[in-house]
Amino acid sequence: MRLELKVKTWQKFKKRMEPGLKEVKFSLSRVRKSPLSLAGLFLILLFVFIALAAPYFAPPKYLHEPYRIPRDGYSATPRPPSRLHLFGTTEGQYDIYYGVIWGTRTAFRVGFMVVGSIMIIGIVLGSLSGYYGGVVDEIIMRTVDTFMSLPTLILAMALVSALGHSLDNVMKALIIVGWPSYARLIRGDILRVREEDYVEAARAVGCSDLTIIFKHVLPNAIYPLLVMASLDVGAMVLTAAALSFLGLGAPIGYADWGQMISFARNWIVGPPGNPLAYWYAVTIPGLFILFFVLGWNLLGDALRDILDPKLRRR
Amino acid sequence: MEMRNYIIRRFLLVIPVLFGVSILVFVILLLFSPAQRASVFITDIRQLRDIQGVIRKHGLDAPIYIQYFNWIKEVLRGNLGWSKTAQQPVLQALFYFLPSTFELALFSVPLIILVGIYLGSLSAVHPGKSIDHATRTLAIIGWSLPTFWFGLILLMIFYGYFRGLLPPEALGTEAALFVKSQDFTRFTRINTIDALLNGKFWIFLDAIRHLILPVITLTVVSCALVMRIMRSSMLEALGGGYVTTARAKGADEATVIKKHARKNAMIPVVTISGYIFAWMMQGVVITETIFNRKGLGWWWARAAVQLDVPAILGAVLFSGLLFVLTNLVVDLMYAYLDPRVRLG
Repeated sequence: MRLELKVKTWQKFKKRMEPGLKEVKFSLSRVRKSPLSLAGLFLILLFVFIALAAPYFAPPKYLHEPYRIPRDGYSATPRPPSRLHLFGTTEGQYDIYYGVIWGTRTAFRVGFMVVGSIMIIGIVLGSLSGYYGGVVDEIIMRTVDTFMSLPTLILAMALVSALGHSLDNVMKALIIVGWPSYARLIRGDILRVREEDYVEAARAVGCSDLTIIFKHVLPNAIYPLLVMASLDVGAMVLTAAALSFLGLGAPIGYADWGQMISFARNWIVGPPGNPLAYWYAVTIPGLFILFFVLGWNLLGDALRDILDPKLRRR
Repeated sequence: MEMRNYIIRRFLLVIPVLFGVSILVFVILLLFSPAQRASVFITDIRQLRDIQGVIRKHGLDAPIYIQYFNWIKEVLRGNLGWSKTAQQPVLQALFYFLPSTFELALFSVPLIILVGIYLGSLSAVHPGKSIDHATRTLAIIGWSLPTFWFGLILLMIFYGYFRGLLPPEALGTEAALFVKSQDFTRFTRINTIDALLNGKFWIFLDAIRHLILPVITLTVVSCALVMRIMRSSMLEALGGGYVTTARAKGADEATVIKKHARKNAMIPVVTISGYIFAWMMQGVVITETIFNRKGLGWWWARAAVQLDVPAILGAVLFSGLLFVLTNLVVDLMYAYLDPRVRLG
């Protein structure tokens, strides 16, 4: 008897989930067919693997500070790749291999922390703005306009110098700079959905505002949000790297890709007769940034094509 | 008549945004300590000795709204403070560094737009073909390139490997000395233009040689945006009724694409070209730092590292103002070209 009930509920559940499952299957088949999105996914998974296995790839020398890059001497001149230093050492004898491996963790931390936070802030403020309208809307949207009329990097530079130079403050600055586009997106979706019959019906049945926002509005807006988030992980890591490169980010010797490139700045041109002598110092950390950002951009771009109902079934 | 109304409405819209920008800059200012803030009010290097006096004089311990009014009054009078990295008042320094940055923008913005339009329409005309995939992949790679790294790689190849073929900085030693000498009149302080006006062609060539790498850097990283917009707008235009009409009346494909589709598809690109000019300010910070060109971006990057508060705030104010003004110009141009906008 009870088993029968269980089977019945399972079947009911299955039936209810069927359209959603079909959707997911369809999207996955589209991902499989698009080589670019597969490449993006592969790059991201590769970096996830590197980040997770960092202690195995590059066992930390200072156990309590794994992000501190070990040094091999204090001489300024970079040394080429060798058995001891797989990718060579950069200015100040920091090990490049160790730096890029642990730098992957830094990149993920910056990308996820920043994009996660701006998504939450954007969703909350955008919902408030779109749902309540009036003065709240006016204040939030004028703030959004103000933020969006300033170039990201310059505003972030100003905020980091006001808050103090550190990686945490770089993340804070990027969060302050990044939320407006999400708020604007969510607000637009809410304005569109608010007039729909099913929201009217939900309200008539007595659903609370929160239920309506979470069950009816956000699920409709989630795909463009995901596309934007994927592209933004790349963009934010890029901006953070630029700030570190300028010397506003991580402290010296911290495993951070942008900073490793700034170490290499004085070693672009080798001694006479061997102009490319120090190629490894600038090239290797840069390739890590490029492929990391490329992975997220490819994924975001593919998601846009796959999830956009206007483009997909043609 | 309706054009005049639109212009008035559009000008009024500028006020809240500028007010918002001023509030934002003021909030950033409040994040600094009073002693650091005092430097914004300093016009003369001698005042540095009496910081406490400056704090008291400008009421930096007063309630916030009074501080805001004090500050905005100074800003409107043109006093943005003394920049220690530029060794001159901020407003004066802005004008001092502007020509070099303007020169960079003058050469890159048209190139960004042209390359973007060309590649975008190329990929839209052959959708789904290999050329479409190739251009789109290139655009994504360009978009993902770290500007500072790409610039350094270019320097490594064209300055290092090819023995000083395309060097950093704005001018070679000889040209730089000559430009500072008595025989050279600085009309605009833009090297290429001044060189032509003085009839010194070798200086012009030298300036161009120093411009190539930064311009390439900026173009490669930023043309992806134009390309994407051009592609989607071109796809839309190619599906439009007038294109079918043109084809039906027997126009050949090249004419259809060039005269009927591309011209219409370019409207959205015109709209964002203003933004591109303003957003260049961002790319310029990195590019000028790498190529050691002494322009606005180079100065701002140094100011941020050395905590030169007035210069940093000046940077935010200036780029905000630039953005608002270019948007205004673009919108007015757009309204002039397209009657639907001013009536809407």
